[in-house]
Amino acid sequence: MKKPVIEFNNYSFKYHSQVDPTLKDLSLTILEGEKVLIVGPSGSGKSTIGHCINGLVPFSYKGDVIGSLKIKGEEAKDLDIFSLSKIVGTVLQDPDGQFIGLTVGEDIAFSLENDCIEQKSMVALVEEVAEMVEMDRFLSSSVHHLSGGQKQRVSLAGVMVDHVDVLLFDEPLANLDPATGKYAMELIDRIQKETNKTVIIIEHRLEDVLHIDVDRIIVMDDGRIVADMNPDELLASNILEEIHIREPLYVKAAKYAGCEVTEEMKPSKPLSFAVDKEKLIAWYESTDSIIPRGKSEPILELNEIAFQYHAGHETIQGVSFSIEKGEMVSLIGKNGAGKSTISKLICGFEKPSSGTIYFDGQDITKDTIKERSERIGMVLQNPNHMISKHMIFDEVALGLVIRGVPEQEIKERVESVLKICGLYPFRNWPISALSFGQKKRVTIASVLVLDPEIIILDEPTAGQDLRHFTEIMDFLVELNRNGKTIIIITHDMHLMLEYTPRAIVIDSGKKIADESATTVLTDAEIIKQANLKETSLFELAKRAGIREPKEFIGRFIRYDKEVRKNWQ
Amino acid sequence: MAVEMLSYIERKSPVHELTGVTKLLCFIIWSTAAMLTYDTRILLFLFILSIVIFIVSKIKVKEISFILIFILIFLLLNNIAIYLFSPQEGVKIYGTSHILFEIVGRYNVTIEQIFYQLNITLKYFTVTPVALLFIVTTHPSEFAASLNKIGVSYRISYAVALALRYIPDVQRDFRNIALAQQARGVDLSSKEKLSKRIKNAASIMIPLILSSLDKIETISNAMELRGFGKNKERTWYSARLFQSKDYIILAVFVLMLVGTLVITFHDGNRFYNPFL
Repeated sequence: MKKPVIEFNNYSFKYHSQVDPTLKDLSLTILEGEKVLIVGPSGSGKSTIGHCINGLVPFSYKGDVIGSLKIKGEEAKDLDIFSLSKIVGTVLQDPDGQFIGLTVGEDIAFSLENDCIEQKSMVALVEEVAEMVEMDRFLSSSVHHLSGGQKQRVSLAGVMVDHVDVLLFDEPLANLDPATGKYAMELIDRIQKETNKTVIIIEHRLEDVLHIDVDRIIVMDDGRIVADMNPDELLASNILEEIHIREPLYVKAAKYAGCEVTEEMKPSKPLSFAVDKEKLIAWYESTDSIIPRGKSEPILELNEIAFQYHAGHETIQGVSFSIEKGEMVSLIGKNGAGKSTISKLICGFEKPSSGTIYFDGQDITKDTIKERSERIGMVLQNPNHMISKHMIFDEVALGLVIRGVPEQEIKERVESVLKICGLYPFRNWPISALSFGQKKRVTIASVLVLDPEIIILDEPTAGQDLRHFTEIMDFLVELNRNGKTIIIITHDMHLMLEYTPRAIVIDSGKKIADESATTVLTDAEIIKQANLKETSLFELAKRAGIREPKEFIGRFIRYDKEVRKNWQ
Repeated sequence: MAVEMLSYIERKSPVHELTGVTKLLCFIIWSTAAMLTYDTRILLFLFILSIVIFIVSKIKVKEISFILIFILIFLLLNNIAIYLFSPQEGVKIYGTSHILFEIVGRYNVTIEQIFYQLNITLKYFTVTPVALLFIVTTHPSEFAASLNKIGVSYRISYAVALALRYIPDVQRDFRNIALAQQARGVDLSSKEKLSKRIKNAASIMIPLILSSLDKIETISNAMELRGFGKNKERTWYSARLFQSKDYIILAVFVLMLVGTLVITFHDGNRFYNPFL
């Protein structure tokens, strides 16, 4: 009989800063060596569970605890955060933010240093752990020069060095591109098998986690556990649908086609999923075919753009593309491929070393940032990087006030933009009272108020759950319908597939593809180069014997969007 | 990519090979010597030596030009201020008055005042290269270890090291925020009135401060989760052991300090007086 490692018993927790408890009467036992996934929408309390296990609650985040939480048989509130950190190792969501050491070796050694381990044995221990996560060749590299996946491996090594019993991952996939995410999951799986540690993963990208086997999935909603079952059983149920967690696309497709999904069909793995092929084909044939969008005038053209930060090393090499009026395009590629640099070149934040940029047929290569900003708006990934005013109205009005627009006109324009963005009721609210998604809207509104023709957004949905994702994206679609051209920098495959008919793929500063998003996500060569992952719908369609898998994907997405519209 | 000022510059040089503790101690000794003496001969000697050390370190002037210019401007302001507040300081110290020309009231230009201010400038020139070298040739992680070794509490040492290490991050954030705000029309260039520029700068500072606070929360959580602050002491992964060259250099510096002090004070005056 396996020993329980973590036992919540009628456990409730309320943050001091909040009125209602975040966790309500929780009872949950996690056994030694188990691999458990905790899913739930934003605000469901899934991160708080993580904080309770690693001790940030109640030692750093104060609040009221009712009930009991035992970790390895001991009452958590009688321990302190340091003894807890010897049992539970936490890998936080933001790999950049959690690095303490400057080099890989130093960061891995951090907790050993705090334990006053002799330098000699420290070096040996660090090497041993680094080897486990395949980072032993990088011990003296600076952590800031690593790729996203390598960063995560270093964070993992930094907690493993303590010989913890439990590894806790807080949204490990949030900042990784699809291929790296897949690799990260495989690594977690391998380490769990080698060391037999208990693994707890908090994540809402369910399909990506299910790439490996997990023993149980715990579904949280509104501070309570709504399901605690094995993956197959969960996917066969309607629970995920009800609380708006994205089900794996292939399961969703089967459900739309009217297949009855049961536990016995093994829905947790796309390759073994015993789907009813006939029903799938019947559904496919019953839906209308996709009509491609008509061509229109180009609005933005990049012609042989090159750029270098340092002499001798071209970051962008001869990139050309053209964006049509009213298009919604995604700009994709792995970290450091040059996507952000291209967007900076378009906005005039950087000057290209050669090449020309045309807006509406006019050469704007020499225009200043300010001049371009009236045609092209840029929304940064982190809304906190843009917000400088206390009140929503003032924030949105800022660009107009600075341009000396008359007060009456400012009022009219800001109010109309706030209405478009659904922020009108909050116009006199302080920004600090808004949710992340709402803040995002404020930053979009503050760019929109200048009435640009093109809006560029950097990862608009990063870290958002499905409901907020849909909310933000539907809003962008609405803007697009009203004539704005939208360019989205992303590595979210769902976003790309569902919302942007066309995708431009950048790798090492070069354009490697400019195709429909469906084509990109089914082309093995591009997928490999740009660190993407083939969509599971493609596999499903092929297995069902559908002759036009891409068309199948298109129809699924259109259908799915219709279904989600009814959530609001 | 933002210009990274005041951050570690990787090179292979004898200066880089010294341990951080040695460099810190040498820097303290050096500044003490330069601060205590007004003897022009010693200052000149130290100045030339500091340039030699600088060349040995293989750091290029270009790499630290920004901060160097900043210091030079500050030095200029300092010189002007000294003259404005105390135009007769040189005369008072050296006891003679060779007037070059009169300006108004007590403001005249004497060779003594020029010589005195030259000495002050020289002091800056002797300390600046060494101070900059200490910062750019000491790996930040060793930096904390060094401070801790000479008796500073490790919490404070770590705080200082973290602050240094976040300089490039903050610079990068600053640049991103500034660009995004410029795109909305916030003008920081000299085309705008000063009062307005200050107001505009706030629209960059506020997001910068808020996002830095977020970062602090994350890093302090991460540190706590990995046992920072558990014990009264801690060990250092990147601390380096003293080698014979460290002892030699330290000995040389101590001897030099003693030497400069003897020469400075043997006649009972900190000033070298060429006017007598």
